[in-house]
Amino acid sequence: MIEGAIDVLATRYAYALMFVLMGIGMYMMIASQNLVKKLIGVNLFQTAIFLFFVAVAFVEGGKAPVVPAEADPGELAMASPLPHVIVLTAIVVGIALTAVGLALIIRIYAEYGTLREDTLREVRADE
Amino acid sequence: MSELAHALPALLVAVPILLAAVPIALGLRYRRTGWSVAAVTTTALFAATVYLASVVYETGRVVHVLGGWDEIQGIGIELVADEFSVLIALLVTATAAAVLLYTRAGGPRGNTFYGGYLLLVGGLLGLSLTGDVFNMFVFLEIVGLATYAMIASGDGPESAVAALKYLILGTLGASLYLIGVGFLFMATGALNMEVLGEAIPEVAAAGGGDLTLLHAAFAFIFIGFAIKVAQWPLHTWQPDAYQHAPDGVTALIAALVSTVSAYALGRLMYDVFGPEFLLATPYATEVVVVVGSVSVLAGSTLAVIQQDIKRMFAYSSVAQFGLIVAAYGLVTQTAFVGAIVHLIGHGLIKAGLFLVVAVVALGYGARTVDEYAGLASRRPVAAGSMAVLLITLIGIPPSVGFIGKWYIAVGAIEAEAWLVAAVIFLSTMLTLAYAARILEKMYFTPPTPVESPHPPGVATDGGVRRGRPDLVTAEMLALIVFVAITAVVLGFAGDVFFELLEPFTDEVFN
Repeated sequence: MIEGAIDVLATRYAYALMFVLMGIGMYMMIASQNLVKKLIGVNLFQTAIFLFFVAVAFVEGGKAPVVPAEADPGELAMASPLPHVIVLTAIVVGIALTAVGLALIIRIYAEYGTLREDTLREVRADE
Repeated sequence: MSELAHALPALLVAVPILLAAVPIALGLRYRRTGWSVAAVTTTALFAATVYLASVVYETGRVVHVLGGWDEIQGIGIELVADEFSVLIALLVTATAAAVLLYTRAGGPRGNTFYGGYLLLVGGLLGLSLTGDVFNMFVFLEIVGLATYAMIASGDGPESAVAALKYLILGTLGASLYLIGVGFLFMATGALNMEVLGEAIPEVAAAGGGDLTLLHAAFAFIFIGFAIKVAQWPLHTWQPDAYQHAPDGVTALIAALVSTVSAYALGRLMYDVFGPEFLLATPYATEVVVVVGSVSVLAGSTLAVIQQDIKRMFAYSSVAQFGLIVAAYGLVTQTAFVGAIVHLIGHGLIKAGLFLVVAVVALGYGARTVDEYAGLASRRPVAAGSMAVLLITLIGIPPSVGFIGKWYIAVGAIEAEAWLVAAVIFLSTMLTLAYAARILEKMYFTPPTPVESPHPPGVATDGGVRRGRPDLVTAEMLALIVFVAITAVVLGFAGDVFFELLEPFTDEVFN
């Protein structure tokens, strides 16, 4: 049982690491009172998913998915390029999201003068 | 099939997204061009969708493979217009064009706002037409980004807080869906929905570790969409977002954003995973049904105790989407068609209701149930439309709300899910409870002289609290009357919906 678990961890440590990272991101989203840190938590959560996709694409003994012009396709061992392309798109989406989030946080700070969620709740309750 | 019809799915997505930049660019020189650009675009989109729908119902589905990547199936990104997706595309374009009528005089104004409006419409059309699970994530995020920006375009600072809350939860939902896509890709090596639909039964039959991956994929995708569709207890973003968004925006968002997400969930469950997989997976349908049913009861109960009208309707949305998700979990043809009819009907009713709320707030300053007292004598047209729409929401025949619920109930009895049948009955009673509160205030409580706690001009939120009747234009009233009549007339169209969806449901269920 324990040996099996160790075996899984030794061969699939990347996945375990990603899900730990994801957990940290989600914990930040929930527990941190600072809005900017919350947004960083969202980012961390997304980055963990991107790394998960990259790990999925890994091929034993494979190279980066860049094909030389004169190569013989049958001989090449490469990481799967499709998840990499997907992650590239997802990163762009994530950046747009962070930008919008930060813009909203700036607006909240300008209106309420605080970045902390608990203070924000008090200020809004007073009104 | 004509060349134009073949190119239409791509044009429907690309045109609004590209034109979203035009109002901003023109805004450098001319001040008020946003509305005209948006109006011309959405009208053209509606016409194009009608044409596309006529082609689809005549000759079958239209598939557009982007960039000519069609040789290797499953790698190129496809846009698919079939009997199911064009119905949703019609709802999106029609609602988007109709809500513009309100925003012309009712605001919010500004060129950047209409840029966001077109971006949202483009994202929603992409979400309805995509045939690729990863592309669906991208469109989900485009819709999300546009929605956050639109909600934040409200006057008060509250809207920024509501938008940030939605941003964090919405991103979480989309990211969970992305993990599910990763698991699907690991199990099958495909992202195209059609290829996945063929590969998943094979993987499921082979069993083993890949089947576990499929189960995990389904779990992540369902939870991700449960946030997007606002199922209890993951609905918390929705009441804040609907309440604090500008009135015209709420009508658009309430009618479309969660509706199209619920459509996407239905497509994934039935077109990608397929009924056999759902029925063969232990507890999958049970969990879906329970999540939906609990949302119905919790959403309706929370709606009954609300004072703010917009918030009440937001909780009502949680309940109605719960009904749709529960219908998805029944896995019968009748319940599925019922879910689609209810999806479209609910979108229409909520667009109408929020437009009435917007008109009343604009012309009368009323926003809570108590302030609606005596509305019928002062604003007979608005009150009448509101009454008709509320009756269709309860599901009194003949109305579109009735036939949706009727088919879901028949499907529940076919599937021998007595619990769901009971929940539908209870939800109708609870809907009656909160609808009757408004009806009673509007028609049977004498209009108290509007004793605003604050004299006009010094309202606490800084805005003008009292309404200005001169802002309500005739076209707004015509619009809400038209929506109310359509909601009733569609109640006679149950068979039509069944026939329109038949090619799709036959393929899925047989």
